[in-house]
Amino acid sequence: MAENDLKILGAWPSPYVMRPRIALNIKSLGYDFLEEQFGSKSDLLLKSNPVYKKIPVLIHDGKPICESLIIVQYIDENWNSGPSILPSDPYDRAIARFWATYIDDKWFPALRGIAAAQGEDAKKAAIESVVEGLVLLEDAFKNCSKGEKFFGGDKIGYLDIALGCFLGWVRVTEKMNNVKLLDEAKTPGLYKWAEDFCADSSVKDVMPETNKLAEVAKIIQAKIRAQASS
Amino acid sequence: MAEVKLLGFWYSPFTHRVEWALKIKGVKYEYIEEDRNNKSSLLLQSNPVHKKTPVLIHNGKPIAESMVIVEYIDETFEGPPILPKDPYDRALARFWAKFLDDKTAAMVNTFLREGEEQEKGKEEVWEMLKILDNELKDKKFFVNDKFGFADVAANFMGLWLGLFQEGSGVVVVTSENFPNFCAWRDEYVNCSQVKKYLPPRDELLAFFKAFLSAASASASASTSAKK
Repeated sequence: MAENDLKILGAWPSPYVMRPRIALNIKSLGYDFLEEQFGSKSDLLLKSNPVYKKIPVLIHDGKPICESLIIVQYIDENWNSGPSILPSDPYDRAIARFWATYIDDKWFPALRGIAAAQGEDAKKAAIESVVEGLVLLEDAFKNCSKGEKFFGGDKIGYLDIALGCFLGWVRVTEKMNNVKLLDEAKTPGLYKWAEDFCADSSVKDVMPETNKLAEVAKIIQAKIRAQASS
Repeated sequence: MAEVKLLGFWYSPFTHRVEWALKIKGVKYEYIEEDRNNKSSLLLQSNPVHKKTPVLIHNGKPIAESMVIVEYIDETFEGPPILPKDPYDRALARFWAKFLDDKTAAMVNTFLREGEEQEKGKEEVWEMLKILDNELKDKKFFVNDKFGFADVAANFMGLWLGLFQEGSGVVVVTSENFPNFCAWRDEYVNCSQVKKYLPPRDELLAFFKAFLSAASASASASTSAKK
C-alpha cells in the first residue's frame, strides 16, 4: 500500500496512462495501479471522471485529477521538492506546453490516422504527415535540449514524457506497415533521444514491449473491422 | 523596458483571452491587428507551425496558443493571480479550460457549415452544454468561487456563443433546454471581474452577422456549382 494515498486508474497499453506513471517514478512516489478491463469501465472510473470517462485518472487522498498532462503538472507542482518535470524558466515552460499541445492535437491523431487510412494513397499521405511532424519536433528537440540528451536537458522532462509515451505505438505502426517513421537520417536527434528515453530508469518499467502492443493493436483493428461490417 | 507585442484578431475570443490577461496584470503592450487573408510576415515567422493568432512576442520571443500564453503571462508578470495557488485547484482550472477549448471545431461546424458536418457539430456542442449545465448549477466561477483561469477560457461560451447564435440564426442554447448554463452566462457578462474587459457586443455582433452570411453565401454558391 502506497505511503501517500495515490492510485492510478489505467491500462498498460495506453500511452496517456504512461505519462503520470513516469512522472510518479521521477518523484519516487509509490502508487496503486488499478488496471481497467479492456472494453468496460469500472464504477470507480465513471465516478472519478464523469466528464470524459477516460483513463488515466490519478486519485490522491480520494480526490480525482483527470487528463494526462494536467496530472503530470499536478504531480510536479504538488511534490515540488523532487526533481522538476516542467522547465524552471517561464518561456521554456510555454514552449514545452506549446509542443505538448501540438503532439496531442495534431501529431498523435496523424499517427492514429495511419491505421485508419483506407487504400495505399491515403496510407502514404498519413505516413508523410507523421514524418513531417517529426521533422518539426526534431527542430524543437534541438532548441529545447541545447545539446543534452532530452527535451528537458540532462534529465527527462514534460515534453519528453508528452512525446516519449507514444514510442511503443510508433514502433508497432512501423512494424505493421513496414515503414520507417523515426528515421536516423531525417531526424537523428529524435532517433537517439528515443533510445535514451526508453532506457531511462523512470520509463523502462512502464514502457510496454512492442510485441505485446502489436497483439493489442491487432485486437483493436479486428474490433474496428467487425463494427464497420455490422 | 520589456517589450510586449500581441498579434491578434479584434473579433476573436482567443485574442481576447490574452488581452484580458495582460490587462489584469497591467502590462503595457503593442497590439497589432492581423488580416486573416493577408497574414503578416511577423505572424508567419512567429508561429510557423500553425500560422494563427494570437501570438505574444515578449522581448522578441514568440509564444502561441491562447491558454499557454495566459499561463505565461500569469507566471511572468506581477499583479493579481490568474491561476490559483493550490495544486489541486490549478488542476481543476486547467481541466475546465481544456474542456472549454475541446469543442472549438464543433462550434465552427455548428455555425459555419451545413448538412452532415453541421449536425455532427450540433450534437457535440449539445453534449458539451449538458455537462456545463450540470457543472455550473448555482456556480458563478469554475473553481472555488474565485475568478480565474477557467473563467478566462470561458469567454467563448459566455459571450461569443450567443453572438454566433444571433448572427447565424442557428439556435442551440435556450433557457428552457440549458437553464443553469444560461443563468451562469447572464451573470458572467455582467459581473465586475468580466464586464469591463469584454469587447463591445454590438460591434462584434455586426461583424459576425456579416461574416456568417458571407460564409453561408459562399457555401451555397459552391453547393449549387456542384449540381
